[in-house]
Amino acid sequence: MNTAALQPQDVPEQVGHSDAGTGVPHGATDSAGPASRRIIVGYGFWLFLLSDIIMFSAFFATYAVLSGATDGGPTAAQLFDTRNVALETACLLASSFACGMASVAVSERNQMWTQLTLLATGVLGAAFLALEIKEFASLVARGAGPTRSAFLTAFFTLVGCHGLHITAGLLWLGTMMAQFLAKGFRENIRHRFLCFSLFWHALDIIWIAIFSLVYLNGARA
Amino acid sequence: MSAVRGMRSYLVGLGLATLMTIASFWAAQTHVIYGPGVPVAIVVLALAQMGIHLVFFLHITTAPDNTNNVLALAFGILIACLVIFGSLWIMANLNHNMMPAAHMASAA
Repeated sequence: MNTAALQPQDVPEQVGHSDAGTGVPHGATDSAGPASRRIIVGYGFWLFLLSDIIMFSAFFATYAVLSGATDGGPTAAQLFDTRNVALETACLLASSFACGMASVAVSERNQMWTQLTLLATGVLGAAFLALEIKEFASLVARGAGPTRSAFLTAFFTLVGCHGLHITAGLLWLGTMMAQFLAKGFRENIRHRFLCFSLFWHALDIIWIAIFSLVYLNGARA
Repeated sequence: MSAVRGMRSYLVGLGLATLMTIASFWAAQTHVIYGPGVPVAIVVLALAQMGIHLVFFLHITTAPDNTNNVLALAFGILIACLVIFGSLWIMANLNHNMMPAAHMASAA
């Protein structure tokens, strides 16, 4: 193949080598080289999130197997308060949406809206966490703590693990707000924020599975 | 311009996700739906809402620059399904075979 063959109409032949830029002129920075750093960072963090979801799937499997093993203790239908779960769900969904608004503000490099939307994300996430802690405390006070039965052990492990992720996410959120304030919208800071927003949205997806399979199905049984 | 498009995507996602959430909470409490069908409805609504979150919040799409993300997601779903349904299958089988011993334990 001579140099005359390297014309625009031959570009599709290079798709197998690197398809990052040819199909989407806005998505990647270049068409022939490796994918942009933003795409690689997002991909790497996406792999971490998927492994995290696989860990959660093991907890879901444990819960599904043990959900009937109440050892004569309280059952899911006697314990769960659907109204509280609806409030938690609303908080987390609104928090996820506020995080999306923060992504838009970051792409516009608007410091005030970035801080405001991140603050809203954090406040709603903290409200979710407060509701969950209140629920756990009331369960323990009613003698339905994690040591009561295998069902409650699996329940506290699964939902508590999600709560721990939210707690870690809130700490991460605080450092992101500080970094945007102190360092501005530098490229590496924006990449960190991309990872945070993926993390936060993925936690909302796991919560969908929790409120559907654990709470709604449990409250009916 | 792109900010408006970005915000519209999140707004559409929020609207659809809210609809799905309300629908599943409604399905859990109503008596309109045939009883054994309710868990199926809840699972289907949950899967739909997860798809909405993936597309509108996480921006996992079928665009060419997203192929790697979609493939990784497919592999993750495969492993998660193996773990969950494999565990349920094996444990149900064990439970079935252990039944006489469980009866003896409860009788004692």
